[in-house]
Amino acid sequence: MILIKNARVLGGDPVDLLVRDGVIAEVGTGLTAAGSTAIDAAGLIALPGLVDLHTHLREPGREDAETVESGTRSAALGGFTAVHAMANTSPVADTAGVVEQVWRLGQEAGHCDVRPVGAVTIGLAGERLAELGAMADSAAGVRVFSDDGKCVSDAVLMRRALEYVKAFDGVIAQHAQEPRLTEDAQMNEGSVSGRLGLTGWPAVAEEAIIARDCLLAAHVGSRLHVCHVSTAGSVEILRWAKSKGWNNITAEVTPHHLLLTDDLVETSPLGSYNPIYKVNPPLRTRDDVLALRDALADGTIDCVATDHAPHPVEDKEAEWAAAAMGMIGLETALSVVQEAMVDTGLLDWAGVADRMSARPARIGRLTGHGRPLAAGSAANITLYDPAPRTAVDPHGFASKSRNTPYEGMSLPGRVVATLLRGRPTVMEGKLV
Amino acid sequence: MKRHLISAADLTRDDALLILDTADELARVSERSIKKLPTLRGRTVVNLFYEDSTRTRISFEAAAKRLSADVINFSAKGSSVSKGESLKDTALTLQAMGADAVVIRHGASGAPHRLATWVDGSVVNAGDGTHEHPTQALLDAFTMRSRLGALDGRRITIVGDVLHSRVARSNVLLLHTLGAEVTLVAPPTLLPVTVQSWPCEVSYDLDAVLPKADAVMMLRVQKERMNDAYFPSAREYSRRYGLDRDRLARMSEDAIVMHPGPMNRGMEIAAEVADSPRSTIVEQVANGVTIRMAVLYLLLGGETQ
Repeated sequence: MILIKNARVLGGDPVDLLVRDGVIAEVGTGLTAAGSTAIDAAGLIALPGLVDLHTHLREPGREDAETVESGTRSAALGGFTAVHAMANTSPVADTAGVVEQVWRLGQEAGHCDVRPVGAVTIGLAGERLAELGAMADSAAGVRVFSDDGKCVSDAVLMRRALEYVKAFDGVIAQHAQEPRLTEDAQMNEGSVSGRLGLTGWPAVAEEAIIARDCLLAAHVGSRLHVCHVSTAGSVEILRWAKSKGWNNITAEVTPHHLLLTDDLVETSPLGSYNPIYKVNPPLRTRDDVLALRDALADGTIDCVATDHAPHPVEDKEAEWAAAAMGMIGLETALSVVQEAMVDTGLLDWAGVADRMSARPARIGRLTGHGRPLAAGSAANITLYDPAPRTAVDPHGFASKSRNTPYEGMSLPGRVVATLLRGRPTVMEGKLV
Repeated sequence: MKRHLISAADLTRDDALLILDTADELARVSERSIKKLPTLRGRTVVNLFYEDSTRTRISFEAAAKRLSADVINFSAKGSSVSKGESLKDTALTLQAMGADAVVIRHGASGAPHRLATWVDGSVVNAGDGTHEHPTQALLDAFTMRSRLGALDGRRITIVGDVLHSRVARSNVLLLHTLGAEVTLVAPPTLLPVTVQSWPCEVSYDLDAVLPKADAVMMLRVQKERMNDAYFPSAREYSRRYGLDRDRLARMSEDAIVMHPGPMNRGMEIAAEVADSPRSTIVEQVANGVTIRMAVLYLLLGGETQ
């Protein structure tokens, strides 16, 4: 039994939460329970355990960058109780065998729940559908399918995938990137790319696919989830689609697209052309960042997903064009969201709980997560102190990788404790 | 002056004029029978070339040798690079060898910026991807100044594949710093979509711009670009944007014709134009050595071991 004392649930007035047998048994003031372990949560925000729809755990295949063990430790430290492991591993998670392996590794690690994402097409090659049904029926119970890193650009294949997964309530999470418009693309196409002589990655390459996919999803009545939306134009298209009542369309935004802009590639104190800022989709402009924040606030974008993408040092210590794309983000996600959304007044803590726990759990059809912090819910709880402001020091990260764009940047807040079904995975800001 | 020369934007107007004036003085050395100066004796200059560019490499090599520096040529072909050594490891090797300056030519935009974070010596950008080639811009400015006088208010037209041209980027920045008025001319496909934010004018119409130009710089255009639909054919490109005899005749009498080389004769420039007295193309090559001497002298000469 754990008694959490004086936690501000969703930022409200302090209450106590009694956790028994993995479930929230009671919520109220002045609770006592003989024999329970008390957690003093005075001043801390209590949120339902965070759920990430978009995590690269790299295992199997790139265990030098991350493993299920290290990635889920990183997730727990970031306040997550469930992550969705992306399919672009080696071998690709395109069979029941691979998704079950990842699922089992997650169970063994035990730091948070691991929901494998299945590939849409065999080998992410965009040619033939993977055995989506087998992955759905496997022990891993896959519901989210994605070729993330690659776009399902073939319109017929995308249509078929959208239709096919209806049989088991699946969702296609599309990495929206028109491949011809982004050949050799290096960074957002704009004034910075023009000056730096880096091949541009036009916003239209994302927006055109999102528009097409929204129309397809509406036509066949399927669930579409748009990964890592990064442009103001994409927001407008999603807003339009939702205004049509197409409620099966959902979208996510990454923390880094809510905070960072493409001019960092030119003027960062970490140096020009520093590939720490190289990411897919690329960092965009200030106008895009502001549009994404508004869209997350008004619900046009449903949730935050980290796109945690670990890479070994040597893959980033290179010239820009040769460097890998991606940033880690699990351990900084909540702080970045506080900085970009809460401290700006765009979202309250109830909103954060909705965008980082309830909605992603619903999109992933993940039961037991994203539930209100009320009696009867599984005790997946994140305790967060929004007060301290510290410089990000990646040396303390549990992730195997260090490719964070926030190194040295001052960010607010700190995850103090994470409970997974009543069992602390993080206490006092440290892994249990 | 900054410790490195990576972008033409690194140069203030005073820096740029100092380099040009220094080059004027050094040019006189080149006219002597013994061309060598002892200035950089005992200093090591490494030419780190990841792309084949014999003309730029020998230009830097000649410049360093005329200043008595020790020169090490490190070519990507046949070196450890072909075995997959990273730029960082190569940089650490050069650092261990005590390179005072590293002249780098690399196919990736920004490679010199990265290199500069790993070595203590001065980094000189000899062309990085589609980004910049600042010593080319300096030698172009030097050539223009010797033909036209001071560049303030002079009208310079740069024609061709601006999108992929490091020469264009460096020239726009440097010429703007020096007070010239630059006009870029290209088919819209070969201009960055945000070119309006550059400190220059832009036109799609070469014939409208030519009569006003004091200098016309033709950029090399790769014929293969037509395979990516940047233009329909080499012939059409040539008709609309090539500098032929008729167009040369419509230019002002004192205007000069420039080309950074290597040329596609018959594509962006007609042979008669390239070989005409108005052309400064051979002068540009000679001036390349002089300007690179000035750059190395100013970056390295002031320090003592």
